[in-house]
Amino acid sequence: MHIVVSIKQVPDSAQIRVHPVTNTIMRQGVPTIINPYDLFALEEALRLRDAYGGEVTVLTMGPPMAEDSLRKALGYGADRAVLLTDRYFAGSDTLATSFALSQAIAKIGETFGTPDVVFTGKQTIDGDTAQVGPGIAKRLDLHQLTYVAKIATIDLAAREITVERRCEGGTQTLKSKLPCLITMLEGTNEMRRGSIEDALSAARRQIVKWSAAEAGIEDLTKCGLRGSPTVVKRVFAPTARSEKAAQIDTAEKTLRDLADELIVAIFTRQPALEPELAFDGA
Amino acid sequence: MSNATPDTPRPPAGRAGMKKELPERFRAYRHVWVFIELERGQVHSVSFELLGEGRKLADKLGVQLAGVVLGPPEEATQNAVAQAFAYGADLVYFVEAPLLADYRNEPFTKAMTDLVDTYKPEILLLGATTLGRDLAGSVATTLLTGLTADCTELDVDADGSLAATRPTFGGSLLCTIYTLNYRPQMATVRPRVMPMPQRADRAIGRVIVHKLSLAEDEIVTKILGFLPDSQSGTANLAYADVVVAGGLGLGGAENLQLVKSLARAIGAEFGCSRPLVQKGWMPADRQIGQTGKTIRPKLYIAAGISGAIQHRVGVEAADLIVAINTDPNAPIFDFAHLGIVTDAVRFLPALTEAFTRRLSPHSRDKLAS
Repeated sequence: MHIVVSIKQVPDSAQIRVHPVTNTIMRQGVPTIINPYDLFALEEALRLRDAYGGEVTVLTMGPPMAEDSLRKALGYGADRAVLLTDRYFAGSDTLATSFALSQAIAKIGETFGTPDVVFTGKQTIDGDTAQVGPGIAKRLDLHQLTYVAKIATIDLAAREITVERRCEGGTQTLKSKLPCLITMLEGTNEMRRGSIEDALSAARRQIVKWSAAEAGIEDLTKCGLRGSPTVVKRVFAPTARSEKAAQIDTAEKTLRDLADELIVAIFTRQPALEPELAFDGA
Repeated sequence: MSNATPDTPRPPAGRAGMKKELPERFRAYRHVWVFIELERGQVHSVSFELLGEGRKLADKLGVQLAGVVLGPPEEATQNAVAQAFAYGADLVYFVEAPLLADYRNEPFTKAMTDLVDTYKPEILLLGATTLGRDLAGSVATTLLTGLTADCTELDVDADGSLAATRPTFGGSLLCTIYTLNYRPQMATVRPRVMPMPQRADRAIGRVIVHKLSLAEDEIVTKILGFLPDSQSGTANLAYADVVVAGGLGLGGAENLQLVKSLARAIGAEFGCSRPLVQKGWMPADRQIGQTGKTIRPKLYIAAGISGAIQHRVGVEAADLIVAINTDPNAPIFDFAHLGIVTDAVRFLPALTEAFTRRLSPHSRDKLAS
């Protein structure tokens, strides 16, 4: 079977810093990683390949340096990597991104074989939208299976797949057809350590690099800023509350006194709270 | 994003969206819609919260607020219609079909896009639940319009455009996003981000019934089963009155026990900040913040949490925020109401014990006498 995994290289967001004066993101020197949610998708894809045979193609759209994330994916054991990179993609919102990626996946299908399953992570840690997966599914007319916790069965002959999907208040078991798009839930598997051979060869493997034209994208008005219906008009830091927290002075007090003092302060501000707090007899 | 010349219009070249010039085909789009999320007979509270927010937007625009109810032919679906009116809708768009009994992407996307194409709303709001996100992404892509996820603030501009504000870059900054030249303008909002409006029961108003032009054999995906969550209590975290949470300042996973003990002593729910989930110290459904749960408790106690923006947006609607942190410059003290600069690992047991002393029936009797 042919499995395509769409990943994104993201800044390690815990380390993002904001310029104190201009309120812009300071990207210089910020390390990048494969979006952590995408690793669950990649691992699941590798497991399917190991169980059913076939190939895993990883795809990413981004600047030339996004190649790093593809090499990491090759190191984990992906069979092929495709980098979609072009200045026409700059400024893409989720709609324009799903357009470009779906065109590239169609091209991957023509070139390397039609995918049976396309995977994405649940969402990215920098955008947090969870919209690109459903966008790709809709554009390629793939059956959309989001928040998948487990792939229960795949019947390649019957082209059927059964998955467990997290939904509000529980888990659905869904039966659908291949080809489908799966967004994989976090914590559902654990990324393997790649084999020594894969780790060693990842650095020198050929990566397929496509521009918009090479990926078969003719309509550039659907790409990048021009193809993005949403416009970011303002980026700003949240305003601080006018007053800072009232500090309880800790000098020369026992923890017990401090705790009592805090509780008095809480109930002075919220008198209605005290009768509501439970006592469990501990 | 320079602030130097805020009043100078940007050049339209190359940036189609920056220039507001609504194409002719979108000019008839009017009114604000809220998707009423109905699952297993219950309307999700986020739908009421969105009706409250939608009411404000509709009033500012001088247009109507509509609820969109998609469901099976059951009493619960009728109840959802009544509830939409009770929480502020002027009218309801209603699609009733057995296919809509449990959520599946295909029939819901079809029903929603058909409604939008037929009745043309300018704004469409959905809850950022697993259901709402699954649906919103498909609907926006089908309609080829803009969708802004996880908004924390919604407003309309002087020219009537929806200004959707959300945290960005992993929650380090906020940004305001517009969908200027496309309709509808779509946005999702997480549960508990907006306040719950007052319910005011009244007669059912105008209901516009629309037929779903789809048959079961046209739908590929079938539901084989549903397993409800066991009552682990996490479902209550977003709606709890009192919440205690721990952060990296606790030092180690074993110290989360201190958070849980305090929570148990005062009948609170417990949670954590994002790094703890990333470290695997707590499951993701206990995470509080932009990418986790948004909470609006009466009392929130944050122990060893520094207060990054992505955490802040998830808790700042709490009535009273108490922060315990060793770093006097931690950002959490910028939005907490009460602060103690001390080591949470040492302080939490003392606080638990003090609460227990104060709240025990014995001491309550003494207070009463």
